[in-house]
Amino acid sequence: MLRIESLRRGRFGPFDLALAPGEACAVVGPSGAGKSVFLRMVADLDPSEGRVSLDGIDREAVPAPLWRRRVTYLAAEAGWWAESVAGHFSADAPSRLGPEREALRLPPEVFGWPVARLSTGERQRLALLRALSGGPRVLLLDEPTASLDPDSVRGAEAVIEARRAAGLIVVLVSHDPAQVARLASRRLAVADGQAIPSATIPSATIPSG
Amino acid sequence: MIPGPLDLALGAAFVLLNAGLSAMLGLGLARTMLVAACRLVVQLTLVGLTLRTVFGLGAPGPVVGVVAVMALAAAYEIGARQERPLRGPWRYALGGFVTAGATVIAVAVGLAALRPLPWWDPHALIPLAGIVLGSVMSGVAIGLNGFTGAVQRERAGIEARLALGATRDEALAPLTRSAIRAGLIPVLNQMAAAGLITLPGMMTGQILAGQDPQGAAASQILILFLLAGASGLGVTGAVLAASRRLTDARHRLRLDRLA
Repeated sequence: MLRIESLRRGRFGPFDLALAPGEACAVVGPSGAGKSVFLRMVADLDPSEGRVSLDGIDREAVPAPLWRRRVTYLAAEAGWWAESVAGHFSADAPSRLGPEREALRLPPEVFGWPVARLSTGERQRLALLRALSGGPRVLLLDEPTASLDPDSVRGAEAVIEARRAAGLIVVLVSHDPAQVARLASRRLAVADGQAIPSATIPSATIPSG
Repeated sequence: MIPGPLDLALGAAFVLLNAGLSAMLGLGLARTMLVAACRLVVQLTLVGLTLRTVFGLGAPGPVVGVVAVMALAAAYEIGARQERPLRGPWRYALGGFVTAGATVIAVAVGLAALRPLPWWDPHALIPLAGIVLGSVMSGVAIGLNGFTGAVQRERAGIEARLALGATRDEALAPLTRSAIRAGLIPVLNQMAAAGLITLPGMMTGQILAGQDPQGAAASQILILFLLAGASGLGVTGAVLAASRRLTDARHRLRLDRLA
């Protein structure tokens, strides 16, 4: 169970949210509303006040790196630090992640490729695979399919959906109402840094699911 | 063989030529170069006068005071050389403290080796502290500048590692290593090139002043060892301290602490 209580930072928040294993929540709202800030606060990448706990354990009670292995944030434009793709994965990841790599329409040789030659879409799919490789309990996805073609979007959604069915908690920022409807059973609407009650969201932008 | 005003004017013409060249090529360095040259004249003349007075006083207080002023100037120069300095007093304090600390250690080693009497003999302490400070200062300035620039450039990669559960040391390790290496290149070059490519400044001065070249070489070797040791301590200490300052206890990247 991921429990977020009065989470805030400066003009953002307070946010409250509780998600059970296997639940997926979409964070929706206009650009600049504070959706990414919300995800970064949950991952403890930005200083914030309030309580966040996973299975009853406060994040302050665990070292931050361990917290982020359990509650992993995937940025909209994920960064790379090594020259080759393989440098971003543990040695056993290629064999362990085979089926998911395939679902993301990435060839087995992808791990030997240099990062500089990846397309934007390949980077995004590899970043998703990289975020999954550590076996997180909670995945915070910031527009994970924004630069993918329709086939790749389906592949990425299938991968996320399979992990969710196995108990992963997913918090997803998406600007695609259809994707929100496909992936998320809950939603958190954000405007001007504040969470807004779902009743006031026009149903045209937020389809019910 | 002491140069008079006319001899110095000849040297100054050389700097003017350089400034003209910079103006012609549009490097935008002409002004900076002329200001630096004027500062050099005023600073060294004043220093000569002050040191003559301090040497004449025969007390340790003024000698240590002169060294302290030199350390403050070094702290200022390090802060002034930063393209993206740390916010607040850290800009000067971080580089300044580390440089002063490394210098104190190196000077203590130097005094133990040279054994001047008394220990604060300004003829030993002031040039020793000065040359060590200068070397550590340039290394620390290069190391810090390279580090903060690289952290900013590699922000996305660092945050990606942190988000996947890396510690701040793991996420910053490649950047700290290359910044320390960059900061140590000048002193490594200085050691490797000493004698073959350049005659080090102090040795040049001693030989020009009529000292035996072999004795000058021996003191130069000692000095270069001190410079290498002090630069290693200073650059490593400063870059590691900056890597702590740019992260926090929850292993977050804190670029808000850069100005």
